[in-house]
This record gives sequence, C-alpha cells and structure tokens, in this order.
Amino acid sequence: MTAIDPTAHLTDEQIEELGRELDAIRDEVIASRGEKDAAYIRKVISAQRKLELTSRGILLFSFFPPAWIIGTAGLSVAKIMDNMEIGHNILHGQWDWMRDPKIHSTTWEWDHVSPADQWKHSHNELHHTYTNVIGKDNDLGYGIMRVDEDQKWHPMHLGQPVWNFINACFFEYGIAAYDLELGKNLHKRRRKNPEFRARAKAVGRKIRKQVLKDYVIHPLLSGPSFLTTLAATFTANLIRNLWSHSVIMCGHFPEGVQTFERRSIKGETRGQWYLRQMMGSANISGSKAMHFMTGNLSHQIEHHLFPDLPSNRYAEVAVKVKALFEKYELDYVTGPLPKQVFSAWHKVFRLSLPNRKPKVKKTADRDKELVAA
Amino acid sequence: MTSAALRSRAWKFLELVTTPLLPSDYLDLVSPLRAGADLRGRIEAVHRETDDAATIVIRPGKGWRGHVAGQYVRIGIDVDGVRLWRAYSVTSPTNRADGRITITVKAIPGGKVSNHLVRKAKPGTIIQLDQATGEFVLPRQAPAKVLYLTAGSGITPAMGMLRDARLADVVMVHSAPRKEDVIFRNDLHDLVADKALTLKELHTDTDGMLDVAKLHELVPDWAERETWACGPAGLLDAAEAHWAEHGIAEKLHTERFRPTVVVAGEGGEVTFGKTGKTVEADGATPLLNVGEEAGVLMPSGCRMGICFGCVTPLKSGAVRDLRTGEITEADDGPAAHVLVQTCVSAAAGPCELER
Repeated sequence: MTAIDPTAHLTDEQIEELGRELDAIRDEVIASRGEKDAAYIRKVISAQRKLELTSRGILLFSFFPPAWIIGTAGLSVAKIMDNMEIGHNILHGQWDWMRDPKIHSTTWEWDHVSPADQWKHSHNELHHTYTNVIGKDNDLGYGIMRVDEDQKWHPMHLGQPVWNFINACFFEYGIAAYDLELGKNLHKRRRKNPEFRARAKAVGRKIRKQVLKDYVIHPLLSGPSFLTTLAATFTANLIRNLWSHSVIMCGHFPEGVQTFERRSIKGETRGQWYLRQMMGSANISGSKAMHFMTGNLSHQIEHHLFPDLPSNRYAEVAVKVKALFEKYELDYVTGPLPKQVFSAWHKVFRLSLPNRKPKVKKTADRDKELVAA
Repeated sequence: MTSAALRSRAWKFLELVTTPLLPSDYLDLVSPLRAGADLRGRIEAVHRETDDAATIVIRPGKGWRGHVAGQYVRIGIDVDGVRLWRAYSVTSPTNRADGRITITVKAIPGGKVSNHLVRKAKPGTIIQLDQATGEFVLPRQAPAKVLYLTAGSGITPAMGMLRDARLADVVMVHSAPRKEDVIFRNDLHDLVADKALTLKELHTDTDGMLDVAKLHELVPDWAERETWACGPAGLLDAAEAHWAEHGIAEKLHTERFRPTVVVAGEGGEVTFGKTGKTVEADGATPLLNVGEEAGVLMPSGCRMGICFGCVTPLKSGAVRDLRTGEITEADDGPAAHVLVQTCVSAAAGPCELER
C-alpha cells in the first residue's frame, strides 16, 4: 500500500504471464534437482559439525588467548551455518525431497532457543504466505517496531532504535518470543490457554537445554578455562545474533521494499502472489562466501518466490529472476550488506517518529521525486 | 551402579553436550556401521551376473541380526539424491565366513532402484538396511523332497536356500527367456555336477512358457514335494490354482514381489489408514480437501505448497503434484518414509494416507 503502486503499469494478463514464467523457472530447478544437490547439503552439514566440534575442542583451552580467538571465531561461524544455510533452509522443506529422515523439515532441530516446529509455523506459514501484508505479517517490525509509513505510530515507537538494538543482541530470544506471539498471548485471558502454555513450556525446555550446554556444561568441561569459555560461547551467540538480525533486516526493511494492505490480497491469484513476493523483498549483493554465510537469504527475492527450492540453486535462479524484473520493468532492490543494513536502520530511526506530512502531500512529493529521477 | 546404567548416564550427559544434535549425529560422521547406529550397510563389491542382473556384496552394520535362507531385506539407497526403498532376497548363505551378505538384482525396465543398483552402484556407498524378514523359508526340519519352481529373478530366494544347506533331494524348475538370461547359471550347473540339484532349465524364447498343468512331465513326483515358488504373478497364480486343484495347497509356498512400477492414474480411492475412512477422489482435488471433507483431522498450513505444514505419510499408491504434474509413489521404506504435501497433491490412482 505504498503511495505509488510500482506495479500499476502491468495488466492482469501480464501478471499471470509473469506467474507462468516464474513457474517455469521453478519447474526447471525441480527437474534437475539431484545427486549434486544432495551431496552439497551433506557436505555443508558435515563441515558444520566438524567445525563446531573442533572449535569447542579448542575452547577447552580458552584460557590461552589465541585459543579463545580461534575457538570463538570458529564457533560463531558454526552457529551461523547451523542457523542460516542449514537450519533455516532445511526447516523450509528445501531438502525434504531427498527423503532422508535425518535431513528433513519434520525432524530437524537447530541451535536456537525457538523450537523448530514453532518457528516453522510463524515463519513458513505466516510470514511466507502473508509477506509484507500489514496486520497479517508480524515480521514487519516484529510487533515492536514501525517499519512502514502505513503502520500506525505509537509513542512506544520512539524507543524503537533501542528496542531494535536489544533485539539484535538477543535475536534468538526475540524470535522465540515472537513465535510464541507473547505480545498477544500475555493478555490475562489468553495466558491460561492450554495450547499456549504447552508451547511456552516447549520453549522453556529448549532454552534450558541451550543455556545448559553453552553456559554450564562446556565451561565446566573446560576446567580452569571455565570463565573464558563462558565468555567465548556468549560472544559466539552474540555474533550469530547480530549477524542473523542484520541479514534478516535486509530482507524486508530497506527502502524500496513495498508493503501491502490486507484488502489487496483478497482473492489473490498465483501471479499476484508472486508479484507481491517480488516487490516485498530485497537482496544483498556480494561474494559467494557472503551468500553462503547469509544462508543464501541474500537471495531473499528468489527465496520468497520459491521458498522450497534448495538454497544452493538460488544463485542461478537469481539470474533468470532478475531478467524478468527487467522485462516487466520492476525494481529489483539489492545492494551490498553495509548499504542495506544502513538503509534498514535509517528506516527504524526515521519511523520512530510520526509521519511528518499528511499522506496526500507525501504522494505528491514522491511523484516529484519520480519525475526528477 | 551397573555398567548399563552407567553407560546410559554417560550417554545422557553426552546428549547435553551435543544438544540439539545427538551424539550419534557426530559418531555417524566417522563410524556409520558401528553398534547402536541406525542399521546401515556398505556396498563392498558389485558382480555382474547377466546383462541386466548383478550381485551386490554388502557389509552390514554391527546391528545386523542375520537372516534365514529365503528371507528378504529392505534396503534404502539414494538414487539421484532421493532415498528409495526396495526389498530384495538375500542370496548369500547364512554362514558366510566374512559376515557379508549379498542381494542379486535384475534391472526392470523403468525400475529406478534396480537399474541404479545393476548399472551405477559403486563400492563404498553407504546404504540403509532393515533386518531380514519374510516367511518364504525352509522349515527347521528340512523336508525329504523339495521343488523350487522359479522364473526370472524369482530364482534369488531359492538360490539363498540352495546355497545355505545341502538337502538330499532337490529339484528346480527354472524359466528364463534365454540361456544367457539365467541368473546364477554357472552356480546351478556346479550344483548339478555335485549331484546336489536336479535342474530343469527352460528357455521360454525357444521352449515356450511353462505350462504348470503339465509339470508332471518334468517332475513326475511334483505332488509329493514341498514346493517353493517365486516369479511373475502369472506363474504364481497358475501354481496356486494347480496345487489347490490337487488338494495339496499346503505343500506350496509362494513369494510375491510387490510390483515396483506403479501405473499412475487420474484420481482414485483414497484411504485414511488411522481413521479407517475411504473416499473416492478425483485427480484435481487436493488430498487435504478430500480428507477434510471426509471429516479426517488433517494438518494444514498455507494451502499453497510453501510451508510444509501439511506433510503426511503416503503409505501406498501414488499422488500427483498439482503444480508440476510430478508423480510421487509409496515404496518399501519405513512407515513415515514418503511424506507428501497434501495441499498440492491429488490422488493418482488408489492411495493410502496415514491419518
């Protein structure tokens, strides 16, 4: 529901044609999915496990500063790999086609305080279906921030740069609270709902296990290096949280990303759904290593179009998708990580204040800008 | 504390160390065949038997409990990255010195697994195994006179039995299109030379198909023999009718291989295994809707094929992906092996879902 609809120049027919072209891209990948892809994810999983084991082994001697630095760096990377390229993508069902019960969305659990099944519901089902629909997709500001002009301003939003920073540091807890819909469920009446209580208990169990492992057992195993290992695992979790928070902010918050009204998705066709995903997501440009460390969420647009395609194929899909953006004269929002992170943070700061001008005027302003461009 | 209790405590502690993964996830990286692991095997060698059949030598993991001659084993192997399960008779004797087992596979036209095993399987590959099972075995007290009535790859369980123990009086009637299609032909003739077997070998391309009604011409005392028959459905149907006609049905033991190539249709009868409901479905309605309309509690999510919240085990039959037309078939794997997205899948012939 941005003031100017950047898709206004497309006819209904064109939108459906665009949908068919995207379907064809998806079919091509599915038809060629095979042994190489399976080998890829197994290699990544195996590498992650070896890296985590080695890093934790090194941290047993974290008393020595070089061991602390190497171990912490390794563990941070291992945790990022677990959450991004492995966990996020497996839980999307990207690898279900292999029919390997050990690498499957129904059996996978990740190094994260939100239990996999709760995250799958809020992320796969709600966020990916209702992407950027205000009031339906809680990822738009996670219920604590205002990231679009059309979201209502509340004095609470004045503090949102602070909330966002705290959320970034403890992102996995933020996600767990978000998956539990704490904001909604802490109301007196809902608190006693047995379904909510069961889910809250599951989160409690998961948090206990994660905390016990990272902050008690591994430090204890380190003996004289107890405190330094504790600091190392805390640092690794912090780095993982800051990193994933940054990557995820870049997916939907940078300038240029569109949001949508609830009304606009009534009776939405497949072509229109695709178009919403195209306009509601933003990519991050960068090297292969960069794409890998973001779990290929740097290809956010492609991921939102085809959330269940194996992540190692997004790079080749991106070439074709970008061509479609050009063909249909749509804006492919992308940029290097620092630029996109800045853009997202800028929005968080800007929208912590109420909209400066009445909406009508704003539209006019934008018109002018467009003409000038 | 007993050593078992101690070990279980130690394991519990290790689980706290490795959570959310399990200690076995790490151990699998280095020792996939160890005791306590999921049962797996390693392909050690592949020997060609005929143009389209091969024997696969498998080293089973430590958890393998052995087999009885004539039994089959289910194996799960990744073909083009997808794990597929099939059952094959064990063709090695139970007392093989090196502890390996063999299965012998004939490539069926269009058969994904059989063609992969015969033509592409490589030594070193890790496969999934299940414990041997099946009732197609010799009784503990070996019968005095035995007849094996086999055709094509139906010879495999009989070979497992022939190799396992030497019996006094064994006749085999085996059919194959041509001489060069007879699996184990050299082994069979060695047994004949050893006087361990009387072999009636039929080459159906030249001799015509075996007429079970005229079996007495080949084996005059067939009715006195305890018979094990394995081969195409036509042969087994004819044998069952023939033995029943002579009132000696109890002397005939048959082994039927599940047809592995499912012919997919449009729509079909959908059975919901747990609730016991059966409904007719067309080829365009998602199984999720079919189930909900039948009053079955179906898990659901986005209803457009992206969230994987609706996946349900397909126990038998085939379904079609409504987006791509791709067919997914149930196979011989464990219960929840083939999971389908019910919101974008329709019945492609009769099928059963675990709900």
